[in-house]
Amino acid sequence: MELFHLKRDIPFMRYARSTIFFSLFFIVASIALLATKGLNLGVDFTGGTMMEMGYPTAADVPSIRNHLAKNGYADAQVQNFGSSTDVLVRLPVKAGTTSAQLSEKVLQVLKQQQPAVELRRVEFVGPQVGDELLEDGSLALVVVSIGIVLYLALRFEWRFALGAMFATAHDIFIVLGVWSLFQWDFSLTVLAAVLAILGYSVNDTVVVFDRIRENFKKTRITDVAAIMDNAKTATLGRTIITSGTTQIMVLAMLLLGGEVLYGFALALTIGIVIGTYSSVLVASPIVMWLGVSREDFIKPPKEESGAVV
Amino acid sequence: MNRYPLWKYILIGVALVIAFIYTLPNFFGDVPAVQVMPVRTTEKVDAVLLQRVEAALKTVGLSSTGIELDPRGVKARFADTDTQIKAKDALQSGLGSGYTVALNLLSASPAWLTSLGALPMNLGLDLRGGVHFLLQVDMPKALEKAAERYQGDIRTLLREKKVRYSAIGREGDRVNLRFRDAEQLAAARRAIEEAYPDLHLDESQVGEEAALTASLKKTAQVQTQEFALKQNLTTLRNRVNELGVAEPVIQQQGIDRIVVQLPGVQDTAKAKEILGRTATLEIRMVDEEKMQDPATVQAAAAGQAPFGTEMYFERNGQPVIVKKTVVLTGEYITDAQPGFDNQTNQAAVHINLDGRGGRIFKNVTRENVGKRMAILLIEKGKTEVVTAPVIREEIGGGRVQITGMDSTQEANDVALLLRAGALAAPMEIVEERTVGPSLGADNIERGLNSTLIGFAAVAVFMIIYYQLFGVVAVVALSVNLFLLVALLSMMQATLTLPGIAGIALTLGMAIDANVIIAERIREELRNGNSPQASITAGYEHAWNTILDSNITTLIAGIALFWLGSGPVRGFAVTLCLGILTSMFSAVIVSRAVVNLTYGRAKRLTKVSI
Repeated sequence: MELFHLKRDIPFMRYARSTIFFSLFFIVASIALLATKGLNLGVDFTGGTMMEMGYPTAADVPSIRNHLAKNGYADAQVQNFGSSTDVLVRLPVKAGTTSAQLSEKVLQVLKQQQPAVELRRVEFVGPQVGDELLEDGSLALVVVSIGIVLYLALRFEWRFALGAMFATAHDIFIVLGVWSLFQWDFSLTVLAAVLAILGYSVNDTVVVFDRIRENFKKTRITDVAAIMDNAKTATLGRTIITSGTTQIMVLAMLLLGGEVLYGFALALTIGIVIGTYSSVLVASPIVMWLGVSREDFIKPPKEESGAVV
Repeated sequence: MNRYPLWKYILIGVALVIAFIYTLPNFFGDVPAVQVMPVRTTEKVDAVLLQRVEAALKTVGLSSTGIELDPRGVKARFADTDTQIKAKDALQSGLGSGYTVALNLLSASPAWLTSLGALPMNLGLDLRGGVHFLLQVDMPKALEKAAERYQGDIRTLLREKKVRYSAIGREGDRVNLRFRDAEQLAAARRAIEEAYPDLHLDESQVGEEAALTASLKKTAQVQTQEFALKQNLTTLRNRVNELGVAEPVIQQQGIDRIVVQLPGVQDTAKAKEILGRTATLEIRMVDEEKMQDPATVQAAAAGQAPFGTEMYFERNGQPVIVKKTVVLTGEYITDAQPGFDNQTNQAAVHINLDGRGGRIFKNVTRENVGKRMAILLIEKGKTEVVTAPVIREEIGGGRVQITGMDSTQEANDVALLLRAGALAAPMEIVEERTVGPSLGADNIERGLNSTLIGFAAVAVFMIIYYQLFGVVAVVALSVNLFLLVALLSMMQATLTLPGIAGIALTLGMAIDANVIIAERIREELRNGNSPQASITAGYEHAWNTILDSNITTLIAGIALFWLGSGPVRGFAVTLCLGILTSMFSAVIVSRAVVNLTYGRAKRLTKVSI
C-alpha cells in the first residue's frame, strides 16, 4: 500500500509566506496568553497538596466541597477525573502549617462523610522544592535548546540550526499556549512531555533538512525553493507515517494510561501534530530566507597547484 | 548482493540470547516472603540466624518454600500470603525485637537465572505502592545547637581557668561574652583558642565593656552540618527499621536533604509520625533529698513538683523527681551498645561519650557518688525516665555503663533509644508522594495495556502498509523492546510509570528508522533501480538521517536525565536507552532479516514493500 506516491513536487514554498504568517499569529497569541493568563502551575511547582481519592460509588463533588469548606478547608479544589468515583482534591500551601500532616487531616474529614473512601495517591510538595523544580525545568529547556542548536550547526549549517530552533520554539510556545488557554494543570510530567516534544520536533525537522542537504549536493538546480519542495515531497510519506505511528502509541497512553499519564500524553498528542506541521511548513522557509544556497554545501574545488604554464 | 558476514549474524544472535536471558526474570512474577534483618547493623548475619529462623518456623509448624541468606538478612519464601503473615508473627515473637521482620515480595525466577545475575526490574513506588518523602534538615538549627553547646563549655572552661566574665549569652549561632577589662578578655581568648580551635573569635567594645564573640569557623560549620546530616540519617534508618519495611531507601540528597522511600507502606500516618518524631535525650540528676520525703513525692506526683525540680515517671510507673539542670544531652553520645556487667553479669548498656561529654560526666559523677542520675527521653512533648541508675564511682574516660535493666531485651531497647533517639537537627517533610497499593497495581496494568495495545496497532498498520518490510519493522521493534527491558533489568533500574511512558514513546519513535528505510527503498525502486541495489542504497542513505535525528533526541533525553528529578528521570532513562537500542535493532537487526530473506536470491525481480 502506498498513500504518498506523488508524481510532482508539492509547491510548499509558494505558500511559505502564509504558513509562516499563520505560525507567527499563533506564537504571538500563545505568548499573549502566557503573559496574561499564565500557566495553571500544578502542585509540583507551586507547592501544595494533591490527593487522589477513590469512592465506592459515584462521588457527589459539590457535597464533598461543602463538607471540606465547613471543616475549614474552603480553599480546597475538588474535581472529578477519569470516572465518577475518582475525585481529585487540591490544597494550596498554607503559611505556618506543617503541610505534610495536612493530607492526613483532610482524609479524616472526608472519612467522616464517607467512611469507605480510599486514599489512592498523595502528592505534597513544599514551596521551596516547587521553585527548584521549576528552575531546573526551565534550565533543562534552555540547555536542550543550546545543545541541539550546536549539534545542528556542526552537522549542517548555522542557518539550519536557527530554522530548526524556530520551528521547535514555535511548537513549544503553542503547546504552552494551549495549556494556558484551557488552564490545564501544568505538572512536572507535562514539562517532561514538552521536552520530549522538543526532541521529537527537532527529530522530524532534521529528517527533512537531511534531504534538503542531500538535494543541494546532488542536483544542479539552483532554485532553493524547488530543491526544498522536492525534499519535502520526497519525505512527506515518512513524515506522516512516523507521526502517525507515534501518535498511535501516545493515543493509547492518553486513553488507557490513567490519570498520572493523562497530562503527559495530552501534551504529546498536541505536540506531535504541531511538530509535524512545523517541520514541513515552518522550518525550511526560515532557512531559505536566511539566505542558504547550494554553495554552502559544495566544497570549493581544490586549487590545482603546479600547473603547467 | 545483500549479505552479512557470519560474524554479524553471530553478534545479533548473541545479543538476542543475552537479552532474552535478562528479560526472562521479569515474567516469573513474585512470591510472598518474610525478610528478617537485625536491628543493629553490627549484628552478624550468618548461618546461626538462618537456623534460628528455621527453628522458629518449625515450632509453629509452618513450612517455607525456600530460605536464603544474603548480606542484609534472611529471606524465607512462602506458598501464599496467609502463611506469610502467620510466619511473620511467629518470627517476630520467636526472634525478639533485636530483629526486624518485614513482609516482602521476592522474584519467583529460578535460581539458575539469579546465579547469572539476571534479576527482574525493580518496580518504582508508583507501581507497587508506597511512600516517598523528601526531608529537609534545618541546618541553622544544627548550628544553633552547636553554639548552645559551646556556650556551656566556655562557661565551664572560664570558671576552671578562673577568668572573670561579666556576661555570657547566645545570639543565633554565635556566643557573646562580656568582660570588665581587656586583661580578662585576653586571658579568655587564650583559653578558648587553646581549648576550641574550631571557634573564630572577634573582639569589640560595647560601652564600657570589652566583648568577645565566638562563632564556628567555616570549615567547622561545614563539619557540623555534615555530622548533623549523618546523625539524622542514622536516626532515620533506625526508625524505619521499627516500621518493618522490607527494602527502604534512605539516602542523602544534596547537602541538607534526605530521601526516604518506603515501598509497600500503607499506613502513611504512622510512617510520618515515626519519621517526624523529635526525640531528645537528657541526663539529669535525681533530687535524692526531695525523694526521701514521701509527702513531697506524693505532692510531686499530683503535679506540685518542688522549686527547681520536675517530676517524671519511670516505665514501671515509679515517680522520679529530677533537677531542672541538664547535665548532658544526647548529642554527646557517640555510641551505645547493650552488653553485660563484668562482675555481676547483669544486663547493661555501654555508652561512649565524646571528649567534652566525658569531661562533664567525670566531674558530675565525682561529685555525686551514691546518688542516682536519670536518663530522660523527651518525645513529642512527653518526657519519660528511661532508667535512673545509681552512680557507684567517678566515671572517667567517657565510657559509661548503665545497669539496672531487667533483661537483655531492655538493654537492647535502651541502647537503641540512646543511639537513635535524638536528631541532631530538626527535619521537615518538604515533598511527599504516596501511592496506594491498589493504584500501584492499576498503574502497572494501565501502563502495560496502553503500551501493548499501541504496539499492536502500530504493528498491524506497518504490516498492511509495508507488507514484508512491515513485518521486518515489527520484528525489529520487538527486538528493540526486548533489548530495552533486558538493559533496564541488567542495570537494575527502577521502572516507574513515566518510565513505561518512555518505553511507549521510544517504540513509537523507533519505528521511524524503519519508515525512513522503507520509504527510501521504495524511492530507489521507483527510480528504476534493481531490487537488490535499492535495498542496499535504501539502508545506506537512511543511516545518515537516522543518526542525526536520533542524536538530537538523545541530547534532549540526556538533559532531561541531568536536570530532571523523580518522575522526569525515569522517563529520561528509558528514552535514552530506547534510542540506543532502536538504532541497533532498526538498522542492524532489520537488515539482517532482509538479507536472510532476499540477500541470496540471484534474480530478484520484486520486493514486498
